Amino acid sequence: MLVVFALFIISKAGGLIYNREFHTGLSKLSSNDYLMLAGSFHGMHAITKQLCPAPPTPNVQPASAAGLAPSPFSSRPTGIEVLESSHFRAQCFQTLTGTKFLLFTEPQQPNIDSIMRKIYDLYADFVMKNPFYTVEMPIRCEKFDRGLDGFVKVRS
Amino acid sequence: MTTPTQSSSSGGGAPGLRYPSNKKTIYDRNLNRSKNAELSRAAFAYLFVEMISYAQKNVRNLVDLEKRLNEQGHPLGLRLLDLLLSRTSNPLSSIRPTRILPLLQFIAQTLWRHLFGRPADALERSESDAGQYMLYDNEPLVNQYISLPREMSQLNCAAFVAGIVEGVCDGAGFATESVTAHSVGEQQAEGGGTGGGGGMWPGKTVFLIQFKPEVLEREEILGRGGG
Repeated sequence: MLVVFALFIISKAGGLIYNREFHTGLSKLSSNDYLMLAGSFHGMHAITKQLCPAPPTPNVQPASAAGLAPSPFSSRPTGIEVLESSHFRAQCFQTLTGTKFLLFTEPQQPNIDSIMRKIYDLYADFVMKNPFYTVEMPIRCEKFDRGLDGFVKVRS
Repeated sequence: MTTPTQSSSSGGGAPGLRYPSNKKTIYDRNLNRSKNAELSRAAFAYLFVEMISYAQKNVRNLVDLEKRLNEQGHPLGLRLLDLLLSRTSNPLSSIRPTRILPLLQFIAQTLWRHLFGRPADALERSESDAGQYMLYDNEPLVNQYISLPREMSQLNCAAFVAGIVEGVCDGAGFATESVTAHSVGEQQAEGGGTGGGGGMWPGKTVFLIQFKPEVLEREEILGRGGG
């Protein structure tokens, strides 16, 4: 059983570029509210990123790491990942390029990681490989919608 | 003084054609080397994205865009005809097709298998026009990741594949008026469906191949001679 309430995709700049509800009976928000919600989360995410008291120092041994290029991603603190309340759980996944996927589910929902992974797959296939999609712009891709429907509805 | 020597060596003499360091160009390779090679689908998808963006530059309308995609495919078709014929194991069948039906079979079977790893889904002759043939693909590989925006719903990016087909026909000496790609998904759903594919194959595409009258004339003469 899979209960996914909604999916937001937030661009690198903090704009809401995709929002989709999978569950009926959620309280309605105006489109302005959605944008504000996405913007607030983006800001909160940026703040939590700075909260890490002592940024982990990259402890690389020069001998072993000489041949490897330094990874800009591994040592960076990630910011907020999960937000849980009595009624929902918001899981955030940030891609290496800074796009954020925000997934709202039931609090007891297991293996959200694999759901997120699958959504990321769909995004990589049907959004990023679509010649008519401009990066950072709102996502209007029929096949992406259909893929999400197929994945979320089949399993719920 | 180092700069001029560097630039002359990297230029490799004649402009346009660059020689690798071992002096082996693509023309020195065995033609069968890449016979069973497979290409990453994602790599092709990204390349195709760039090809479409390139074709979209300064384009006036959708017809123009499809024409440009068609032109990108045409030289591929010309070369693939020779390549695939030279690769056939049976020397008798490496003669290029001289009649319409063998040519279309070659396209639907050999060419499709080479490009997409499976044969085309159907081949039909138009009832109203003797010079028109329809080649169906239920799920064109080139369109796999493409969602068209609403204002471009008339476009079908398989125009690129139509260009390849046109190149093969031209190369074999079968002049075509045009080869065009059209989506048939919705039409069939509305009309009750002759193939019943509308709902199951939303991306179903038909390639309309229109031969020139002189090709049909020759076909008729050949038919009389043979039968």
